[in-house]
Amino acid sequence: MKAYLAILSSRFRMLLQYRAAAVAGTITQIFWGWIRVMIFEAFYRSSDVVQPMSFEDVVTYVWLGQALLAMIPWNTDPEIRSMVRTRTVAYELLKPVDLYNLWYSRTIATRTAPTMLRSVPIFILGLAYFGMESPESTASAVAFGLAVIGAVMLSVALSTLLNISLMWTLSGQGITRITAAAVILFSGLTIPIPLFPDWAQTILRLLPFAGIADTPFRLYVGHIPPHEVIWVLAHQLIWTIILVVWGRLLLNRGLRVMVVQGG
Amino acid sequence: MSIANTLNLYWKYIGISIRAQMQYKVSFIMAAIGHFLITAVEFLAIWAMFDRFGSIDAWTLAEVALFYGMVHIAFSISEGAARGFDLFPSMVKSGDFDRFLLRPRSTAFQVASMEFQLLRIGRLLQAVIILGWAVTTLDISWTLPRVLLTIGAIGGGACIFSGFFVIQATLAFWTVESLEIMNTITYGGVEAASYPLAIYRDWFRRFFTFVVPLACVNYFPALAILGKPDPMGLPTVLGWLSPLLGVAFLWVTLQIWKVGVRHYTSTGS
Repeated sequence: MKAYLAILSSRFRMLLQYRAAAVAGTITQIFWGWIRVMIFEAFYRSSDVVQPMSFEDVVTYVWLGQALLAMIPWNTDPEIRSMVRTRTVAYELLKPVDLYNLWYSRTIATRTAPTMLRSVPIFILGLAYFGMESPESTASAVAFGLAVIGAVMLSVALSTLLNISLMWTLSGQGITRITAAAVILFSGLTIPIPLFPDWAQTILRLLPFAGIADTPFRLYVGHIPPHEVIWVLAHQLIWTIILVVWGRLLLNRGLRVMVVQGG
Repeated sequence: MSIANTLNLYWKYIGISIRAQMQYKVSFIMAAIGHFLITAVEFLAIWAMFDRFGSIDAWTLAEVALFYGMVHIAFSISEGAARGFDLFPSMVKSGDFDRFLLRPRSTAFQVASMEFQLLRIGRLLQAVIILGWAVTTLDISWTLPRVLLTIGAIGGGACIFSGFFVIQATLAFWTVESLEIMNTITYGGVEAASYPLAIYRDWFRRFFTFVVPLACVNYFPALAILGKPDPMGLPTVLGWLSPLLGVAFLWVTLQIWKVGVRHYTSTGS
């Protein structure tokens, strides 16, 4: 356990160095947030029907999505990609630690460090200027905090699975893009899940993607009452376990078939 | 150095680039499918919103599909063709650009023809499908001028986006850091122009009309095609001038590029 924590923290500290990228990312995400808010604004003023989510809640939901965007499992780790391609992944096997746990720990850092750098300014600016609201209640804030931890565990499990899939695809471009497309649409990042057609909701709530963004965000705005956090966490945990087991099986098979050339 | 000779050379370069990408066929097909899906979800999201709200400021889904199809076709063309400019900052960093200065062709031409990203066909394909759907669903009388305007607007749009890539590359002459901020305008512009500009707030509309003339190659021509007046009261004639504006924008960015080339000092590595 100590080894994994050390890997996590060293990786985390390294990633915190990319401040220029974080500034650029923050500006990009604010610009996107603006566009999205204006589009929702136009839709909401075009219809008198009472919607399943209020416009104010949607605005906050959009800014949460922008603030926590770097947490979303949308790409593979460039270093693991090059390790697999050049087969230096063999060195990883020499380390006296479990490879799955090793990759899982480093991915926690990959998903959290950039998020921390970007989310703070977006939260501050969003709350001050862009119509983002603070959590519905203290209980909602606590529930949101717990669900974000669950979301990170789930997101990291999916990212690790993508990283492992590199052992077959090498470039990983196809499978990663397809997964990214599913994540971006079904997690609620593009539009909040409650605004999807009613028939699609049941399926979308069962899929793992909702646990990455939608359920934590809805706990924040109070659209899901705080006492229901237990169901949100259960959903995240079940999917995390499934993805971890799947990832481990895949990794074991990958290591058996992998050929490392000498020299 | 006639134009025919230059074009011939361009096709040769493109041919080499495409053959190289086809060496990994499965990887290419997967990537293209992935690209198709990741851009198609954007339209799925728009569809879901219309399913819920019915319309956006009196614009229908088919009308929005026209805007969406036109801008995405334009963008995918420039994404495929001007990709070299996207890779350019790394050439400056490595000093590889020096070789281009020695060859008897313009630097802009060489950079542009460096790589043709075929996988962008994914975005192109989905945009063509959506534009096709819009065109058949909307009640438009397709006169020859309207057809030409549609093609011209897409061409003008491709010029504007290529201009963005040129500016982004030009900035690399002064700062070796890659400038992600330009991506914001490029991709943000695509996202924004997928909807009629009239739905946005004033400052934003002005930005994409006067600062970055994206609206001129998408919004105004689409209005002219639909035969709708601009809710903001700008003259429809603007739509018919748009393709020229796109070409003018690209020309201006290429002049800035030339200034950049004169300013270039090799990293020496």
